[in-house]
Amino acid sequence: MGVLRLEPNLLRITFSVEETLEIHVGIAEYRVARSPQCLLTLGLGSCVGVVLYDPVLRVGGLAHVMLPDSKQFRVGGKPAKFADLGVEFLARDLQRAGCSVGRMMAKLAGGAQMFFGNVRASQMAVGERNVEAVRSVLHEMRIPIVAEDVGGTTGRTISLDTTDGRLTVRTLGRAIRVI
Amino acid sequence: MKISHAKIDVLQEIGNIGLGNAATSLAHLLQARVDIKVPRAMFLGLEEAIELIGGLEKPVICVNLHVGGEISSTILYLFEQSDACALVDLLMGRPVGTTTGMDEMGYSAVMEIGNILTGSFIGAIATMTGLRLVPSVPVLAHDMLGALFAASVAASGYTEDQVLCIQTSFTGSQVNDGVDSHFIMLPEVESLDRLFTALGLSVDDGC
Repeated sequence: MGVLRLEPNLLRITFSVEETLEIHVGIAEYRVARSPQCLLTLGLGSCVGVVLYDPVLRVGGLAHVMLPDSKQFRVGGKPAKFADLGVEFLARDLQRAGCSVGRMMAKLAGGAQMFFGNVRASQMAVGERNVEAVRSVLHEMRIPIVAEDVGGTTGRTISLDTTDGRLTVRTLGRAIRVI
Repeated sequence: MKISHAKIDVLQEIGNIGLGNAATSLAHLLQARVDIKVPRAMFLGLEEAIELIGGLEKPVICVNLHVGGEISSTILYLFEQSDACALVDLLMGRPVGTTTGMDEMGYSAVMEIGNILTGSFIGAIATMTGLRLVPSVPVLAHDMLGALFAASVAASGYTEDQVLCIQTSFTGSQVNDGVDSHFIMLPEVESLDRLFTALGLSVDDGC
């Protein structure tokens, strides 16, 4: 009997150890997390960090997209590299976690123009085109964008707190912003 | 996307010859000794490459040049702020430590160094292969390494999960202060066949 009573406790301890509070989302990757976890992505330049959040379940997702459109390329590898596929896969995984698209809110950060000098046209446009592509996919899915910190000329590190959906944006040499 | 070990060796050797030439130019310009480490050519995930150089959030000054013509490639030079300042001082013939922060003047000096290094680098490769190579005007940024590296890769049209990267570092031994920098070349894999063919290597025999 003693052994039987101990087992559920042991299972619970193992489970809580596996639940990291801060989850790192790599370049061209996407992850879903629930309260009280945080989703973090470092060094967004022309890349865009797309956050989808369900305030009722307090479940959120973060995708780190690099390029606007998968249709221009032979697709292979990581879907979150592209704005169109990344947002779609992120929304799908949130739905699998029980979220409804109708409750989802989006926040965007990134899409900067990092280099200055005689910038080539293609390079000039990547950040801007990424932001436009994400906006258009979200519009099609009828997910409202409730906050943005996009464009500009600086890199960003962002962190989503899934307890309340707040997105913290850090840049080098500037004050931290919360959107 | 597959490249044999033999071809990776060839890329390293090309990096070695091109960078040897570039280091000589830099040494002449700065009137100082400049050493380069043997370049390594490798396929890496983006984040692996960034970790190797210093981490996603590390502040760096990055000069980015595109090389067009018969082989397309992106070239990056990365400096920490203190090293860029020392480089500016060496270039201006002032004692190292005079410049403490980067301004417009400093950035354009660093861009010019990028120009000179790239010119001698591709000059050596063009002479060896007979290929026509055209460098672009450099662009510069001073920010988080991850942001700059990913933006450069995105702008170069790379869509694979792994990048082919020829990487090395320069070390200058001027008095007691060295200048360290990283050199990264991201060749467009599709145009490498032209390079191998120009060197007399068969494209599809997996040599």
